[in-house]
Amino acid sequence: MVRTLNELRPGESARVRGLLPDDGRNIVSRLMDLGFTRGARVRCLFAAPSGEPRAYRVRGAAIALRREDAGLVCVGAREAGA
Amino acid sequence: MSVPAREARKIPVVVLAGNPNVGKSTLFNHLTGMKQHTGNWPGKTVGSAWGRVRRDGWEFLLGDTPGTYSLLSHSPEEEAARDAICFGGADAVVVVCDATCLERGLNLVLQVLELTGRVVVCVNFMDEARRRGVCVDLAALEAALGVGAVGCAARDGAGVERLLRRVRAVAEGRETPRPREVRLAPEIEYARDRIAADLEERGLGEKARFAALRVLEDDRGAIERLEKQLGAPLAALRAVREETARLAPEHVREESAAAIFDRAEKVFAGCVRARPGSACRQARLDRLLTGRFTALPTMLLLLALTLYLTIAGANVPSEALFALFARMEAWLAGVLTGWGTAGWLVSLLCAGMLRTLGWVVAVMLPPMAIFFPLFTLLEDVGYLPRVAFDLDGQFKRCHACGKQALTMCMGLGCNAAAVVGCRIIDSPRERLIAMLTNVFMPCNGRFPMMIALIGLFLVPAGLLAALLLAGVIVLGALATFGVSRLLSATLLRGVPSAFTLELPPFRRPRVGQVIVRSVVDRTLRVLGRAALIAAPAGLVIWLLANVPAPGGTLLSACVSALDPVGRFLGMDGALLMAFLLALPANELTLPLALLAYTSGGTLLRMEDAQALGALLRANGWTWLTALNAILFSLFHWPCSTTLLTIARETRSAKWTLVGALLPTLVGAGVCALTAAIARGLGLAA
Repeated sequence: MVRTLNELRPGESARVRGLLPDDGRNIVSRLMDLGFTRGARVRCLFAAPSGEPRAYRVRGAAIALRREDAGLVCVGAREAGA
Repeated sequence: MSVPAREARKIPVVVLAGNPNVGKSTLFNHLTGMKQHTGNWPGKTVGSAWGRVRRDGWEFLLGDTPGTYSLLSHSPEEEAARDAICFGGADAVVVVCDATCLERGLNLVLQVLELTGRVVVCVNFMDEARRRGVCVDLAALEAALGVGAVGCAARDGAGVERLLRRVRAVAEGRETPRPREVRLAPEIEYARDRIAADLEERGLGEKARFAALRVLEDDRGAIERLEKQLGAPLAALRAVREETARLAPEHVREESAAAIFDRAEKVFAGCVRARPGSACRQARLDRLLTGRFTALPTMLLLLALTLYLTIAGANVPSEALFALFARMEAWLAGVLTGWGTAGWLVSLLCAGMLRTLGWVVAVMLPPMAIFFPLFTLLEDVGYLPRVAFDLDGQFKRCHACGKQALTMCMGLGCNAAAVVGCRIIDSPRERLIAMLTNVFMPCNGRFPMMIALIGLFLVPAGLLAALLLAGVIVLGALATFGVSRLLSATLLRGVPSAFTLELPPFRRPRVGQVIVRSVVDRTLRVLGRAALIAAPAGLVIWLLANVPAPGGTLLSACVSALDPVGRFLGMDGALLMAFLLALPANELTLPLALLAYTSGGTLLRMEDAQALGALLRANGWTWLTALNAILFSLFHWPCSTTLLTIARETRSAKWTLVGALLPTLVGAGVCALTAAIARGLGLAA
């Protein structure tokens, strides 16, 4: 199975490996604009009260994503540290 | 958005570009003296604004663009920004970056640099960065980018003069920037250069390479524009045919995005030093404002506190304004009578127009002058996006967009402004939902009546009244969710679209600026609009109340005709008539009802709240009437300005009609039900 941002718990980081196709929902290019590109380090910051969306730190900014959108971002192994 | 044509040739054009919420509008306002709305959340600027700047004998036209993350456009706002940057014929582009989030900003800088070298980078929020232990080495940044980089704190104007000198040098061609190129994968560079060579032959000049890459990425908007410019389909070019067949657009898009960000990362690493642990306070605040058990209580507490301060603080100045207008009226009547003016004209001008104006000002000004600064304070700190973040789960369940929460917050100030603000929502379906339901948030024009009735009939003024008013707003929010869900299931069927929301860093608000800005810009503007409507409305009201009809005046005839409907809704004919006549301005509702009750030719002057209560009780008001009046004020047709705004934004008579009917039906249902239940239980007559 492919690991995606949804597998990260708050406080954990990983590097982006690639993006899955979005079936015309036009979200992948938006994610790339925001800096979710190959090699980017992403850290899960915190979740909203209802568990969704979650905020991620990428390229120095905090971006909130819903579960299905975060599921398009494939990541590598968890990394330690801030 | 194109530059105003006649100006374009005479004076240089400079365009501001940048990510959302990096202070472009603040810089624009600082330079032009204009008053574009600013606040700490992404997406405030809708459409481009142009202003003339004259400094040190140099004059130019400055353009403010909506924030954009990249030059690959996704929304109309971003397209407007891209067109202004790419095709506006600018003599210089200032790319504004946030010093506390430079890496992401550099992405846009590098994209713009692929297009033109006439760029100066403005690193804004240097003061915030310093405070948070982030140090930006501007000389290193300049060297790495090959173009000028100037540090600024646009809110104070620090560094702006230095920025202007660099911009002027670039625009006048005295400084020739040499941007360094971003390297792509060899096969993409080969394909791009082949297409670019063809495009260059057809007169595209320095934009050829940029355009070629967009063609490879299959960027529809850019391709259409390009074909229009060339006057021929792109498929006519052999290089285009061959190279687009060889390379998948997704692959090119991913590769070029990654390449630019890799470069941004390197530049960033070479010129920014951050003290570790500096983000701690921000994180603690976020834990409180978005925590599982603290988010909702904090939100309600802040709402109640804002309302309490508004209610508690507005009383005294309100009474003072009433007294002031009463004196003005007496004085004017005296003067006019002294000139020998006819009695009816004196009555029309003084008791009709001036008194209505006085009512609106005295009732509206104090709450607005308190509410707007408080609200602007929350906006400046960066709280509003957190509200959208916290509530997005609920909106998703309603198949709507979390950014609707931002437009709801705006609705508390003015529904018409909020309907325009709905442009921050990308999906047309979700934007329409947000526009049609915005009126469920009571605007500032409706607060005063709610506050007065709560205090007179339901609970004593004070903290309890503030909580009850907060409850009314929560009810409006619940109705928003319910109706949004309903719309998603019926008229506006669809699944929730993608959602990305940036949570900006908390910023220290400028209290002095906040007060000046919100009082001068917002309060006085809203007040001016209301006053403009109030005086003519006063004229109409005076005529209705003074033109005789069978059995009394026109007004009393209408009131008795409406009475059965009013009773059914737990109110009465006079109140319903008042709601109808208050279409131009909600703040007129209560004074209009009083006018109908007293059957006087003019609005009654209220010296204090107790007299108002006694008068209403004498006309058969009970707690139920008051409750239904509050509910109907929350749920009824939008004011005429809001309706016109919906019509303009949707360009559809159908949706404007839906926007008027939807809240009215909800209101009628809620009021009829409340009245039936209360009467059924024997709680009220």
